Amino acid sequence: MGLISNGSTIFDAGAMASGFGGSMVHIKTITISSATDNVQFIHGSSGVVLDSTYKEYIFYLVDMHHNSNSEPEVTFNFSIDGGSNYNVTKTSTSFRAYHAEDGGGGAAGYYAPTDVAQGTGNIPLSFNADGDNDSTMVAFLHLYDPSSTTFVKHFIGQANEVHDLPRCNGNYFAGYCNTTSAVNAVKFNGQYGEGTNGNIDSGKIILLGIN
Amino acid sequence: MGVISNGTTLLDAGALDSGVATGAMTLLSTVTASSSATVSFTSGINSTYKEYIFKFINVLPASDGVKLKFNLSIDGGSNYNVTKTAANFYAGHLENDSATGFGYDGGLGQSTNDAFGTVGAIGSAADEGCSGFLHLFDPSNTTFVKHFISKVTIYGSNPQSQITYGAGYANTTSAVNAARFNMESGNIASGTIKLYGVS
Repeated sequence: MGLISNGSTIFDAGAMASGFGGSMVHIKTITISSATDNVQFIHGSSGVVLDSTYKEYIFYLVDMHHNSNSEPEVTFNFSIDGGSNYNVTKTSTSFRAYHAEDGGGGAAGYYAPTDVAQGTGNIPLSFNADGDNDSTMVAFLHLYDPSSTTFVKHFIGQANEVHDLPRCNGNYFAGYCNTTSAVNAVKFNGQYGEGTNGNIDSGKIILLGIN
Repeated sequence: MGVISNGTTLLDAGALDSGVATGAMTLLSTVTASSSATVSFTSGINSTYKEYIFKFINVLPASDGVKLKFNLSIDGGSNYNVTKTAANFYAGHLENDSATGFGYDGGLGQSTNDAFGTVGAIGSAADEGCSGFLHLFDPSNTTFVKHFISKVTIYGSNPQSQITYGAGYANTTSAVNAARFNMESGNIASGTIKLYGVS
């Protein structure tokens, strides 16, 4: 049953009509409460929507705490087969701005260790981070039109981490999945030592869809 | 027909009551480009919101190697020639890994010309194009200049990932009430541009 007011449909078919309500829709929050080596958002699994429903998706990573391995990282990758493989070809660009806690060494510049050129590997969000109890990273990642079978899949992201030195590291990145297949899953990984599998101890990842 | 729950009006006269929480970002309009010389938003930009966001989704130029540009209007779209000062920088990386780039590139100094949405040349092949967003702050203010901030990522005509970070201000105390997007030459072949208001 629909609900019509003054000729305008407000609700119908179990949903609010277009033009009403907010445009930022919460889809899924995954809370990490014990050590895990990855967090996956797979379309159709556990309430995750990652298809043509939205033209834009945003992942927010909140207070992700790396494990205690030396110089840990949080990385991400994409899948076109529902999470069976996270190995989509990507080209990305990356730069960072940082400033040490002791007030020294502030700088900004391109940072090749966190980019990729037609590679299938994971892209770091945090890199050589700090593992102290109070040291975390935060980030957001915009993913555009993942279900398009015409275009590559653009993404834009930004992270801030407590670096191992210690210092504030602002990491900025953008790129595209160089595929015209639909992307239908995203994975965030705990790693350390620039690529060895590790864990994420705690944190929260929120997936939003944008109408 | 209205709907009242426990004494509170939830909706009436075809609209949700202003007191009903609906989320802070509201979609105002969507324009789908199709061989369009320009995409203009001439309504909906007013004092209702203190911040507006334009989102670009797979905006594809008809001509290879051109930049996305934009301009603002204080007369409802009759003229897009607001004086602007803006700064841009970029980060780029070629697909063949032969080069990277990072630095300042292109701005406006008290110019009425179109501002840069991208400083990089966008590829026009069927799967290329650009995506990103532009924030416009308090456009109806008649005391302050109008700030804007943007991030747009491209598939470059010289195959590469490149993102442009832009910021600037429309140096006017007149209310800005329209915005226009176009390629520096040729049409926008296809793409979606959405306008949101942020409460």
